[in-house]
Amino acid sequence: MADSATIIATTGAPSRGRRRLQALARQPKVVWGGGFILFLVVVALAAPLIAPHDPLAQDLMSGTLPPLGFADYDPGFLLGTDDLGRDVLSRLIYGTRIALTVAFVAATLAALVGTLLGLLAGYFRGVTDTVVSRLIEIWMAFPPVLLSILVVAIMGSGVTSVIAAIAIIDWTRFARVVRAETMAQAQGDYVTAARTLGFGRWTILFREILPNVAPVLLALITLEMGIAVIVEAILSFVGLSVSSDTPTWGGMIAQGRQIIYQAWWVFAAPLAALFATVLAFNQLGDGLRRALDPVMQR
Amino acid sequence: MSDPLTISEQALIDARGVVVAYGGQRSAFGRAKPEKRVLHGVDVVIGRGQTVGIVGESGSGKTTLGRALLGLVPVADGSIRFDRHEIVGLKEDALRPLRKRMQMIFQDPMSSLNPRHDIRHILIAPLLLHGLARDRREAEVQVRAVLDRVGLPASALERYPHELSGGQRQRVGIARAVVLAPDFVLADEIVSGLDVSTQAQVLQLLGELKRDMNLSMAFISHDLSVVRAVCDRVYVLSGGRVVEQGACEQVFASPHHDYTKVLIDAIPLPVIDPQWLGRGQRST
Ligand SMILES: Nc1ncnc2c1ncn2[C@@H]1O[C@H](COP(=O)(O)OP(=O)(O)O)[C@@H](O)[C@H]1O
Ligand SMILES: [Mg+2]
Repeated sequence: MADSATIIATTGAPSRGRRRLQALARQPKVVWGGGFILFLVVVALAAPLIAPHDPLAQDLMSGTLPPLGFADYDPGFLLGTDDLGRDVLSRLIYGTRIALTVAFVAATLAALVGTLLGLLAGYFRGVTDTVVSRLIEIWMAFPPVLLSILVVAIMGSGVTSVIAAIAIIDWTRFARVVRAETMAQAQGDYVTAARTLGFGRWTILFREILPNVAPVLLALITLEMGIAVIVEAILSFVGLSVSSDTPTWGGMIAQGRQIIYQAWWVFAAPLAALFATVLAFNQLGDGLRRALDPVMQR
Repeated sequence: MSDPLTISEQALIDARGVVVAYGGQRSAFGRAKPEKRVLHGVDVVIGRGQTVGIVGESGSGKTTLGRALLGLVPVADGSIRFDRHEIVGLKEDALRPLRKRMQMIFQDPMSSLNPRHDIRHILIAPLLLHGLARDRREAEVQVRAVLDRVGLPASALERYPHELSGGQRQRVGIARAVVLAPDFVLADEIVSGLDVSTQAQVLQLLGELKRDMNLSMAFISHDLSVVRAVCDRVYVLSGGRVVEQGACEQVFASPHHDYTKVLIDAIPLPVIDPQWLGRGQRST
């Protein structure tokens, strides 16, 4: 047959997983964004090993020491110290723990709830869709800041409340996007083909449609992780997150703002970490979306 | 022409007065969208081993009729019997045993193949679903045989749909439609996206499969020259109604309805090129 030959010519194909990985490695955004996030994960896990000081240890004799490159710099404190003499670098390192925990757990929870509702609404439509869509509309009418304060007020401050607040507020992001994407996919001939072959609706929804929604979903989860990092920082900033003896980036920013004229670096260092982290999540999300699209791969 | 009663006795598909309307379902708050009638009482009979052409201009309801015959669109009125089983009003679960006996080949093979599944999965999953293979290994054997039958090498199993050419994809679409050994296959504009030499190959393949497997087929096309080449009977659809039907030669030779005459006059004269088949084989 005329068009058989072309397949034979390109045999010796690597396995499916391997090809996915190769596609990922070709995306600079995935490499840089993912690389930085991986670096942060290592830092968070190894914090006790790599932090030069106890992040809580106060030393009033060495307060407001400036970072490397400025007059009065102390080589023991690479990024300087705050007004209580605590090492900024060590606090920054320990701060990644809360930031990443919140990012991963909150984004995953929001994604689970939102994806499930979005899939059901987009595929079954009808009453299911009406109920989910109204719920989303009502939900989005609440100001998110007030909603998060409400959640924290009810549950008490702490990481768990912060995670719950983010998931409770942001599931709608996932539900909306997944609903629209599911509706679009459900129109596809491959879904009709699956029906004709006799597959049940749950099989069609989770085996046929979900894999096609997955790239968008993955990109969205990654973006949500960036958002979660910011929200955690904001809640820390206003004192609604963890108690003040656990170092967080938001807490450091809040503290640094008060002494910005004496020790600007206490403010600048966590802000830079926050910025870089959110940027990395966004880049990773964008890169993943491109790399996982089977048609855009080549 | 034979007596309609004897036709329906041996018919595989016997559809009477089929009415299909889109829209019109109620939303949760009771607002009913206005419904749009697309088929206004259509009768279609397809005998065993017979190929029936369904022709008509775009929007005349060909696709809707085909999908109604497969129980894929809700039918508002009328009756559709598949091998004497009434399928109108059947729930999806009740329809499942019949599903493996009626299959479909799509116009656009790219969108009808899930881009996330490789060809192996696409072909093996239906066999396992219907219990036509006991395990993956047995299914693999069957799938390789079908692939070979449609003229694709086994290496295609590892491929994803976007890695194949248009003609190869359509062969996968055909393989998927026949892998369950159905009695009836609906082919909806299946060659309109292919170039002429690939069209000829795909049509030839379909003819062979039809003969070997004793398939009944409904062949939908707006291209009457293709229908003329493959069909025993033809139904001419206009505005959701059958305006003319009959044996293929008869309808093409002496059309009664003006609409049919217009359609037939629109067939471009065949350009005879003796080198044509040979050229198709050499080019890759
Ligand atoms: N899912 C649908 N919802 C609403 N209207 C539809 C739908 N599918 C087809 N139609 C309408 O039904 C009519 C017949 O369409 P179709 O069966 O696709 O015709 P054909 O295949 O002959 O081009 C067209 O007017 C089309 O716009
Ligand atoms: Mg059509």
